[in-house]
Amino acid sequence: MAETIAHSYLENTGKYKGILAWLTTTDHKRIGLMYMYAMMIFFIVGVLLGELMRLELFRPGQQFYNAQTYNGIFTIHGIIMIFTVVIPGLAAVFGNFSMPIMIGAHDVAFPRLNLFSWYLFILGAAIALSSQFLGNGPPDTGWTFYAPYSTQTHTNVVAAVFGAFVLGFSSILTGLNFIVTIHRLRAPGMTFFRMPLFPWSLYATAWIQVLATPIVGITLLMVIAERWLRIGFFDPSLGGDPILYQHLFWIYSHPAVYIMILPAMGVITEIIPTFAQRKVFGYKAIALSSLAIALVGYFVWAHHMYTSGMSITARWVFSLLTFLVAVPSAIKVFNWVTTMYKGSISVKPPFLFALGFIFLFMIGGLTGLSLGSLATDIHVHDTAYVVAHFHYIIFGGVGFAFFAALHYWYPKMYGRMYNFRRANIAFGFLFVGFNLLYFPQFVIGIMGMPRRYFDYLPQFTLGQQISGFGGLLLLIGIILMIANLASKRGAKAPDNPWGGSTLEWTIPSPPPVENFHELPVITGEPYNYE
Amino acid sequence: MEHTETHITDYRVYGWVLLALLIFTTITITVTWIDLSALTVMVALIIASIKSFIVLRYFMHLKFESKLFTVFVVMVLSIYVLVIALTFFDYLLR
Repeated sequence: MAETIAHSYLENTGKYKGILAWLTTTDHKRIGLMYMYAMMIFFIVGVLLGELMRLELFRPGQQFYNAQTYNGIFTIHGIIMIFTVVIPGLAAVFGNFSMPIMIGAHDVAFPRLNLFSWYLFILGAAIALSSQFLGNGPPDTGWTFYAPYSTQTHTNVVAAVFGAFVLGFSSILTGLNFIVTIHRLRAPGMTFFRMPLFPWSLYATAWIQVLATPIVGITLLMVIAERWLRIGFFDPSLGGDPILYQHLFWIYSHPAVYIMILPAMGVITEIIPTFAQRKVFGYKAIALSSLAIALVGYFVWAHHMYTSGMSITARWVFSLLTFLVAVPSAIKVFNWVTTMYKGSISVKPPFLFALGFIFLFMIGGLTGLSLGSLATDIHVHDTAYVVAHFHYIIFGGVGFAFFAALHYWYPKMYGRMYNFRRANIAFGFLFVGFNLLYFPQFVIGIMGMPRRYFDYLPQFTLGQQISGFGGLLLLIGIILMIANLASKRGAKAPDNPWGGSTLEWTIPSPPPVENFHELPVITGEPYNYE
Repeated sequence: MEHTETHITDYRVYGWVLLALLIFTTITITVTWIDLSALTVMVALIIASIKSFIVLRYFMHLKFESKLFTVFVVMVLSIYVLVIALTFFDYLLR
């Protein structure tokens, strides 16, 4: 036994060699990497589609392709980025890779189910992407598939919707696996309040995955049933209610935002104490705020629907509830900043990305308050302001946290370091490019630029062109970052390159198969730097 | 943390549960012959809830397992009830 676990998880020691060894693995670390490679491919496709939109929008009028093509491009950009990148996101990659090690386990509770989740993810993504090439052309509904248009358009909505349905199953099974793993496989002595905060955030996320995802699953099947059988769930001409679709869709899709952002917050909570060499401030408050965000996040969905025609009472009730969710989010931000206060700060690439996250998440969060407020939302609803807010949270938040996590755990994943200077330069391009790309969208949104429009009035040209230039810088940043991480020239990584205090830094880099020769016994709190 | 005890339920208990479920099913059918107007759906849902409670408690072993599972079930049902209630803020007051 001791001999087998001495091998790194990257070495093939099983029955199969090469790619087959990866495709049949049940090792949580390999499955984490398999999610990451697949998501990187989807992410690059999504980025290129985004750049195609920016190219078309560089000047008013038609430049390269027509309006219907633009509708297809923004729809598939949304479907790829939401369903195959940010929803599985940090939980699927770093939750799989790091969480079992951080709680002192040999693997997740159901390793085969974990591999099955990955196959479902690939299958769902393949079905969703096939919608681009089969039937009557790419879907043109936007990633939200709003009825009644989605029940009437002749484009290939069914494949995209069914792909999202299958992807949902993958998400549910991963959530289930993580809940059971965290309850049953924590190391001896690791009580819930001795558990690191990234697994805490994954625990809160997993409950949303398990409870909310089935609702969108059944809703998407209802869209298919409406299209094929003309039942009359959502289409008013058949006696249905289109607002019912919006309720059902957002009952899942708003909590889904927390599926995306909670693990991101968890990663930032790991990085900041490590690079400030200071015990995390307000451990219990951060842990419980993850659960609070998950819980309150269930009851705010209709703030996406203020202009839909729903009742006035529902509007103010949901507006009130929306403001409540800002409280646990703010608890986290204040605690991150307080953790850094008087710390021995070491500005390495993961820390830079974490700081970038806090800055961008704050802009995204505060502009979210003006969207949660009934009166201001009416003015900026369905404008570029919403596009900017959304991207500040999802790309500035989840995206930058993903990059932070990648730079943080990369030495553990591959047993090699990367070039810090190049990583810092890539960060500079990403941060400047991101702000140039999305900040002007706030401005032209307030001026009245509608979202999802292929053409625009001349007064929006400057804003669109600054965005286009920012998009180019962002693309350069992504290329530089990937080139730096893909280079195999880095020095051998020590077991604990950052001076971290959680369990993953106590085992070799890269970790052995099954992580621990003997399970560690936990006797104290996870962030012990004093 | 490990829970290794196994509980073996007497077949007679399952028999009583089956009988109770059949009786409630009979009541569900019987009340459809009575005109309860607006209360019809509510009565059907109350009977269905009692049946679900019995199934969860005995067939799904909540009675014999750790209290944690009961907490999970209550939490999930509470969220579900709140989501439905909030949706009806729109439908009843539109």
